[in-house]
Amino acid sequence: MAEITFNDVWKRYPDGFEAVKEMNLEVHDGEFMILVGPSGCGKSTALRMIAGLEDISEGDLVIGGERVNDLEPRDRDIAMVFQNYALYPHMTVRQNMGFALKLAKVDQAEIDRKVDEAAEILELNPHLDRKPANLSGGQRQRVAMGRAIARDPRCFLMDEPLSNLDAKLRVQMRTQVARLQRQLGTTMVYVTHDQTEAMTLGDRVAVMRAGIIQQVDTPKRLYDNPANLFVAGFIGSPSMNFVSGHLEGNSVKLPFGEAPLSDACIQGLRSAGGHKSRDVIVGVRPEHFEDAAIADPNLPHRLHFKAKVDVVESMGSELYAYFGVDADEIESDHLTELAKGRRHGGPALGRRRRPADRRPPRRREQGCARRDDRARARHERDQALRSRGRPVAHPPLMARARGSRSCSRISSFLRGAPGSSDMTTLLARGARADTRIGGDAWST
Amino acid sequence: MEAASVPAAVTKDRVATARRKPPKVHTPWWLWLSVAAIVVFCLFPFYWLLNISLKTGTDLSSADVIPPHPTLDNYTSIFQNAAFTRALANSAIVSLTTTFIGVVVGSFAAYALARLKMRFKFPLLALVLSITTFPQIAIAAPLFRLWSDIGLYNTLIGLVIPYLTFALPLSIYILVSFFKEIPKDLEEAALVDGATNFEAFRKVVVPLAAPGLATTAILTFITAWNEFLLAFTLTSSQNARTVPVAIQQFSGSSQFEVPLGTQSAASIVISIPLIVLVLLFQKRIVAGLTAGAVKG
Repeated sequence: MAEITFNDVWKRYPDGFEAVKEMNLEVHDGEFMILVGPSGCGKSTALRMIAGLEDISEGDLVIGGERVNDLEPRDRDIAMVFQNYALYPHMTVRQNMGFALKLAKVDQAEIDRKVDEAAEILELNPHLDRKPANLSGGQRQRVAMGRAIARDPRCFLMDEPLSNLDAKLRVQMRTQVARLQRQLGTTMVYVTHDQTEAMTLGDRVAVMRAGIIQQVDTPKRLYDNPANLFVAGFIGSPSMNFVSGHLEGNSVKLPFGEAPLSDACIQGLRSAGGHKSRDVIVGVRPEHFEDAAIADPNLPHRLHFKAKVDVVESMGSELYAYFGVDADEIESDHLTELAKGRRHGGPALGRRRRPADRRPPRRREQGCARRDDRARARHERDQALRSRGRPVAHPPLMARARGSRSCSRISSFLRGAPGSSDMTTLLARGARADTRIGGDAWST
Repeated sequence: MEAASVPAAVTKDRVATARRKPPKVHTPWWLWLSVAAIVVFCLFPFYWLLNISLKTGTDLSSADVIPPHPTLDNYTSIFQNAAFTRALANSAIVSLTTTFIGVVVGSFAAYALARLKMRFKFPLLALVLSITTFPQIAIAAPLFRLWSDIGLYNTLIGLVIPYLTFALPLSIYILVSFFKEIPKDLEEAALVDGATNFEAFRKVVVPLAAPGLATTAILTFITAWNEFLLAFTLTSSQNARTVPVAIQQFSGSSQFEVPLGTQSAASIVISIPLIVLVLLFQKRIVAGLTAGAVKG
């Protein structure tokens, strides 16, 4: 059990490259902290500094109240799970899991007890006497975790532990990791490039870019209140659409029309001190576009426009509709970096691409709308309630369906038939991104 | 408890799998013939050696493929020869010492070259390797003078040192490539698990580099065991003479007789440790020991 604190920590390599810059981060006792970012953002370096595998160039790293900058890895009492598992191939699973305890000169009976206990948790008992070479990828991954658990360390460090698993197994293991951490209650720092893992696993998430922490917050707040363009674009899948806009009075002029701003939006702009006429970048989450045919016309602050849907992707429960927009190029380092990451598949060479990357990189001038059949079902339920005169809480959600006409519309989406579609943006609803228009963080 | 009867599921796939047989490989007769020819070509000198070692007296000058009166006299006589048994012991001491020091020092040096970040790594490795390209005869004479001056002439140490100068570069070169193959993550895992740098080396790196260590050990041992030129130059008596030199110095019953029979017998005898060694280590020299360490 321990807190981990970074105080102005820097990492400089001899060639002058700064992998981590002025990092300040506090991981609370028992917290599940995620470091997320594109490859080369310094997240792994930060993790390795906690482990003691990288020297700290400047600043203090404190674990459990003790400055550990100069401690050897073996004196830090932490366990690490490596991306490629790093199991000792010449030892059996049991020996692998007991290696750390053996080095610590714990007596054999105690080692066996602890290994059995850890194996129990991870369902590894039948494999204890096998060598890593004879295990499947998922089993090796569990052994790597078991090696960490058996030691009962002050904290766990995980360096992209799931990135070598296939998509299905990864989702299973993700749940298992979350359950495990809750069960053990040990502080955990988890590095990943996969924003889905970050959003689903962490108590808090630190988004990193080019060695600098962009924002540390709960997954929900990261999604709703991204601090800057980079976070806005990185978090969320499919990611946020960005278009250039011009702020004028209480509305913003977008390539597809003029959208009135909600009161919250205006308030946000005022407090950011940017409520005057100027060019801005507007971010709209896919779920805030909806099919005009099924949109509720009574909701305020919306923009109605026509767009030609050219590709529809069905995810089963959701449909992604892509449409083109005539817009100026947006210039921003943040977005360039995101696009770069996408084009190269995000993760570094040799790693498995995450499924989200299989989509072709979306051109900036393309919009993406998401519709959700669950939302439709919810809407139908709302309609039913409303007809009975009961108050309805508005779900802060995306596409809504009404009547048979909208169903046919959705089914034409399902067939993937590109065609002209009426679109409405919900600039006002639930989209914190909009309220940030013109905020300083968004200026590039 | 009542067990529900579950019908055995036989899928088409399973049947297909059961029927599939490995395709028979027909080796053409001429391939066998060529293999046989090569084997005979390679082993014939050794067979002739064995052949001669079983002959005595006038048989020695005959060219019989099978010895007419096979006898082990040559073998018994060489083991009664103190010069030979002493040389055998000297050879064993020199070769084993060279091998041990060569592998231990070589693995340290190779590990440093493979892992540490340092400048001039490649020039250093190239320099080390270039030592092996020197012709032995070039150092034999100067070494003779030097050893005579500092009192290492005709001692076992005096042989081990020059042997190491040839054995070490080769071991370092082989081991560097083996150590480089071992994922760095394994050592880091060991460090985080609580090992010191040396423990990580000894408990994780060395077991994984075992095939490399075995290969180096064998090569070093064979070179040291067979070495003739330096042993001949740097020794003068039974005290330090090694087997290859001792065999050369065998004398016949008369000045005009070449001791062919005993020399052959001795050659056969000193080949045996090498054959045994190769067979022993063969099991260790298997690739793929690192399989399963990391996601492959």
